[in-house]
Amino acid sequence: MLRLVKVNKYYRVGTHSLHVLQDVDLEVSDGELVAVMGASGSGKSTLLNILGVLDDYDSGEYWLGDTKIKGLTESKAAYYRNRFIGFIFQSFNLLPFKTALENVALPLYYQGVTRRKRNLIAAQYLDRVGLRDWSDHLPSEMSGGQKQRVAIARALIGKPRMILADEPTGALDSETSAQIMDLLAEIHQSGITILVVTHDPEVAARTERTIRLRDGKVVGADEPRLSNPHLPVAVASEAETS
Amino acid sequence: MFSLDRWREVFDTIRRNKLRTTLTCISVAWGIFVLVFLLGLGQGLNNGMRSNFARDATNGVWVNANKTSVPHAGFDVGRQIMFENRDYDRAKKIEGIDHIAGLHWIAGKRWGGLVTKRGAKSNNFEVNAVHSDAIFLAAHDIIQGRFLSAADITNKRKSVVVGRPVVGFLFGPKENPVGDWIVIGGVPFQIVGVFTDPGGQEQERQVYIPVSTAQLAFSGGDKLGMLEFTVGDAGPAETQAIIDDVVGQLAERHQFSATDKQAVRVHNNIEQFGRFQQLFWVISFFVVLIGLGTLAAGVVGVSNIMMIAVKERTKEIGVRKALGATPRSIIMMIIQEAVFLTGVSGLLGLAGGVGVLELMSGMNNDFIKNPSIDLKIGIAATLFLILAGALAGLFPARSAAKVNPIHSLRDQ
Repeated sequence: MLRLVKVNKYYRVGTHSLHVLQDVDLEVSDGELVAVMGASGSGKSTLLNILGVLDDYDSGEYWLGDTKIKGLTESKAAYYRNRFIGFIFQSFNLLPFKTALENVALPLYYQGVTRRKRNLIAAQYLDRVGLRDWSDHLPSEMSGGQKQRVAIARALIGKPRMILADEPTGALDSETSAQIMDLLAEIHQSGITILVVTHDPEVAARTERTIRLRDGKVVGADEPRLSNPHLPVAVASEAETS
Repeated sequence: MFSLDRWREVFDTIRRNKLRTTLTCISVAWGIFVLVFLLGLGQGLNNGMRSNFARDATNGVWVNANKTSVPHAGFDVGRQIMFENRDYDRAKKIEGIDHIAGLHWIAGKRWGGLVTKRGAKSNNFEVNAVHSDAIFLAAHDIIQGRFLSAADITNKRKSVVVGRPVVGFLFGPKENPVGDWIVIGGVPFQIVGVFTDPGGQEQERQVYIPVSTAQLAFSGGDKLGMLEFTVGDAGPAETQAIIDDVVGQLAERHQFSATDKQAVRVHNNIEQFGRFQQLFWVISFFVVLIGLGTLAAGVVGVSNIMMIAVKERTKEIGVRKALGATPRSIIMMIIQEAVFLTGVSGLLGLAGGVGVLELMSGMNNDFIKNPSIDLKIGIAATLFLILAGALAGLFPARSAAKVNPIHSLRDQ
């Protein structure tokens, strides 16, 4: 599904060059639920940006399925983001002047789906995250948990191959966090690959395995946790072998 | 570009950001309003100037007899020149003159002095003793009867043409003046016509009598105080040549220096008109300059506001890009918004400007008359606006397309 081979990334700060990712090798199979952990400055945001086709890297290879992602034009990158990747952010990043329904439908707008059709589909996805009755509400009228559900519905609507979640529970209390993780686990069970960047061990514990970053290097990946209560054993081993 | 869906997206953004939209609109609408208003005012100024000249023929030349200021042929300075009927006959033959009239100064006096009476009513009106062609040098409209005819002159008839206020003063509201008699300087004259003049009362408080009758009745001999003529569509240089011919003849006949500016006084409307046109051109130039300047300031204002809007919307644009918006779609979104805002507010300003000009259209004084704007100019201004809107949007749009989703989406 997703493969990084000796990926390096530098940031130029004045005359200095900061080596933020150093020979990162990474592989995520189809249907996996993976956590990426690391302290601030470990390079996990940079990694997420590269994985999300939001940023380019300096050397190495990044394969998304059969497609090599490297040196893309802006429009090509936009196309891949639109078709292959769904984003979930810590601060939800909903457009404040659009209703829940319109927010969810936005990726389909950029796919060229007609307004009627995309609103119809968006309603289905809102229903799926349990917010059918909230479709006409603005984000300002919703709780944090609800906003994140809207964001999840928006990430799902484009039928992406992979969901990238950047601290999805970072702005939520523990009870709501658990609900959101339940929802992600549920989505994962439908076969979508999910990569969660977090510094919260409780969140990481809900995933199948954890990739740890330190100073721009992968320092170790945990073995798959077959004891994950939300994950049937069979699915996990299947994911591992594929 | 014209997909309904994208327009909907633009309208949505505009509608949900009312303050920003309002500020943008005000600056552009004001710019266009000022431009239209100034252009209209400029037109009013032009009309006003033209109407000032409408009092008299714009191709008219007036040659007045005066006193010499240069010694010539043994004569000292300060000699009063006076023209004669023969001067009129000679000038008439000069090529380029299409209408000519002589004016007799009654009792040798240039202005007034004769009382006009009818019954118990009497008043002092300007009495012009002229040839029939004098009508071509004034902008009078004959509203009743006719002007003096060539036959009136040759037969020395006691005919008179009067201005409307003269009728108003001497006659009752229901009386028909044409055919009736009035007494001018003790001599009865029969009214043959009534005129009005766009120049107003001052030009209308006058009466015209045949030059020949006046010379006979008021013992004027064959003297003329002024020659007036029109030069067709001759340009300034040709007009000057004709004037030189006329003055040359007069100088020869009356023995004064042809270069003596005081012996005869020439008033040349073509020259005056050209001078005014030049002045007007300069004024128009500044009016357009100021208008365009204001408009440019408006457009820069829009660009500025859009720039701020883009900054304010960094996060939104970042989200859109993360969700798959191409740089092109972001650029088009911003430009379309700018074009729409400038277009709509520009039309509002245009309508406002035209409205105010419409309110002022009754205005009618010496300087400004009927301020209005040409439809073509209005349309050109609107097209220019839409172009300017696209330009105003371009720079902010380009900076929007460069928004880095990574930086805009992380909150650190």
